[in-house]
Amino acid sequence: MVIDSQKMQALARRMAGAEIRGRSPWADARRRFLRNRAAMTGLAILVGVTAFALAGGAFAQWSHDELDFGVMGQVATLGQPSIANGHYFGTDDLGRDLYARTVQGTQVSLMVGVVGAAIAVLVGTLYGATAGYVGGRTDQIMMRAVDILMSIPYMFVLILLLVMFGRSMSMLFLGIGLISWLDMSRIVRGQTLSLKNREFIEAARAIGVPAWRIVLRHIVPNLLGVVAVYATLLVPLMILTESFISFLGLGVQEPLTSWGALISEGAGTMNYGTLWQLAFPLFFFCITLFGFFFVGDGLRDALDPKDR
Amino acid sequence: MFAFVLRRLAVAIPTLLLLIVLSFVLMHLAPGGPFTQERALPPQVLANLNAKYGLDQPLWRQIWNYLWGIVVHFDFGPSFVYPDRTVNELIADGFPVTLTYGGLSFVLAVVCGVALGVVAAIRQNSLWDHLAVGISIGAQVLPNFVMAPLLVLVFTLWYRLLPGGGWSFSDPSFWVMPVIALGTSYMASIARITRSSMLEVLGSNHIRTARAKGMPEHRVILRHALKPAMLPVISYLGPVFVSMITGSVVIDIYFSTGGIGKAFVDSALNRDYAVMMGVTILVGALTILFNLVVDVLYAWIDPKIRY
Repeated sequence: MVIDSQKMQALARRMAGAEIRGRSPWADARRRFLRNRAAMTGLAILVGVTAFALAGGAFAQWSHDELDFGVMGQVATLGQPSIANGHYFGTDDLGRDLYARTVQGTQVSLMVGVVGAAIAVLVGTLYGATAGYVGGRTDQIMMRAVDILMSIPYMFVLILLLVMFGRSMSMLFLGIGLISWLDMSRIVRGQTLSLKNREFIEAARAIGVPAWRIVLRHIVPNLLGVVAVYATLLVPLMILTESFISFLGLGVQEPLTSWGALISEGAGTMNYGTLWQLAFPLFFFCITLFGFFFVGDGLRDALDPKDR
Repeated sequence: MFAFVLRRLAVAIPTLLLLIVLSFVLMHLAPGGPFTQERALPPQVLANLNAKYGLDQPLWRQIWNYLWGIVVHFDFGPSFVYPDRTVNELIADGFPVTLTYGGLSFVLAVVCGVALGVVAAIRQNSLWDHLAVGISIGAQVLPNFVMAPLLVLVFTLWYRLLPGGGWSFSDPSFWVMPVIALGTSYMASIARITRSSMLEVLGSNHIRTARAKGMPEHRVILRHALKPAMLPVISYLGPVFVSMITGSVVIDIYFSTGGIGKAFVDSALNRDYAVMMGVTILVGALTILFNLVVDVLYAWIDPKIRY
């Protein structure tokens, strides 16, 4: 029998090309996430808001701390949103451009959210993984400390800190970071406990990998899924915390602003018929929270196959 | 159970002491004393003030006096800003108000949330279910400081139905907006938690058995499904309580209801450390107490937990 060697080679090539590639759990998760319409909408919103925060300033005709004297005093009639005079979102009560201030507030709020969540992730993961991996008495002491810290009314303590040590951005970050890692550390510890008796950890220990290296190289990477989901859900909580404090007038200080401060200002002046001062910051605040919640839920569904 | 409560108290008391000592030490680390003003006081006046409030004594003695005052006399000391008022008086003024609308709000959130969640779970994928899920998603982005202005906008400025602020114990129309503004987002979370845990319980074996032996559906729900489905809700009540106390600060400020939140923010703006610490410690004590109650409730409902 004569075999057409050329055809065989082509077939072999095709077979090699069509070899069914095993899908990794991550690829699976990505596919599930991409199919989740709510999550993709959320992601699109977040990309949009981030773009607004980063590039929105370039389109502003006024800077965020510039007073428009032509509008001042007649904000309710002249300060309305208009393309003509360059105040796309109108002006605030003092005649400052609300568009520029919303851009700035978005930057500050997003930054607080992301930095707060990052601190929580870093500290919480390391703390929880260490407690879980070391175990025994160390674990008990470390987790008891978390229990104690959790029963402290943190918002009150945070405001106490801000009042006593001055209301600066760094103090805000520190204060929010100090309290936000507690939940994270509990979750991570639970995961670590279930990981630490697995074979690959045992193998690592058998060949003499030091404990800190096992935690960093073998435990933490396996926690990434949980950490990613939790971090996404943590960002909106941080934004809420910061907005709460700013709403009370105890957060970031002028001329800096944030969503909470803008909402508070808008809520204070809505009596005079200047509703746009509340509407625009509130709109960005709400869609961003929606975005984060949807993406977080989508990530959780995508990474948790047994939930399907 | 008794031993469990005792053991929890044994942790709670050191926690509270730690909170007191920590906030006291923080106050002393803070730059500027309670009497620092823009125009510096003459040194003699400052020394007299410090002596009057006992701030000239060594730190450990101050802490000891403070602790002794709280534990033995339940006395949080004088306000640093208002010379004729004590912290106790300021808290006593606001506490009944906070307790009234906070308690109502809590009850409302739990009752409505559970009801909504149960209905959504029983009639899964019905109109009710979609409504409940929709509400609970929407309310996630409506925390108290967003709800409060929106409610005032609609009910005070547009429809002129309710007073936009103030408080009266005799007129419930003052209570409506604080209660709704404070409770909505928690009601939504409770509804969501109830729905998912109820769905899980309804799919379990003991419910199938109850149905199989011909038990009427309402009895299955109320007697057999509701109790186990409440466990996740109960463990969520602790955090809800804490955030409601925190949220009451916004309510007090926005609606001028005059609860302890007002005392707290006023003192924060005046740098009246004594009042801030008093409120923080009181809230901490309430939090610890409430978490204890929640744990006991949990252990009582869940027979699997043995302490």
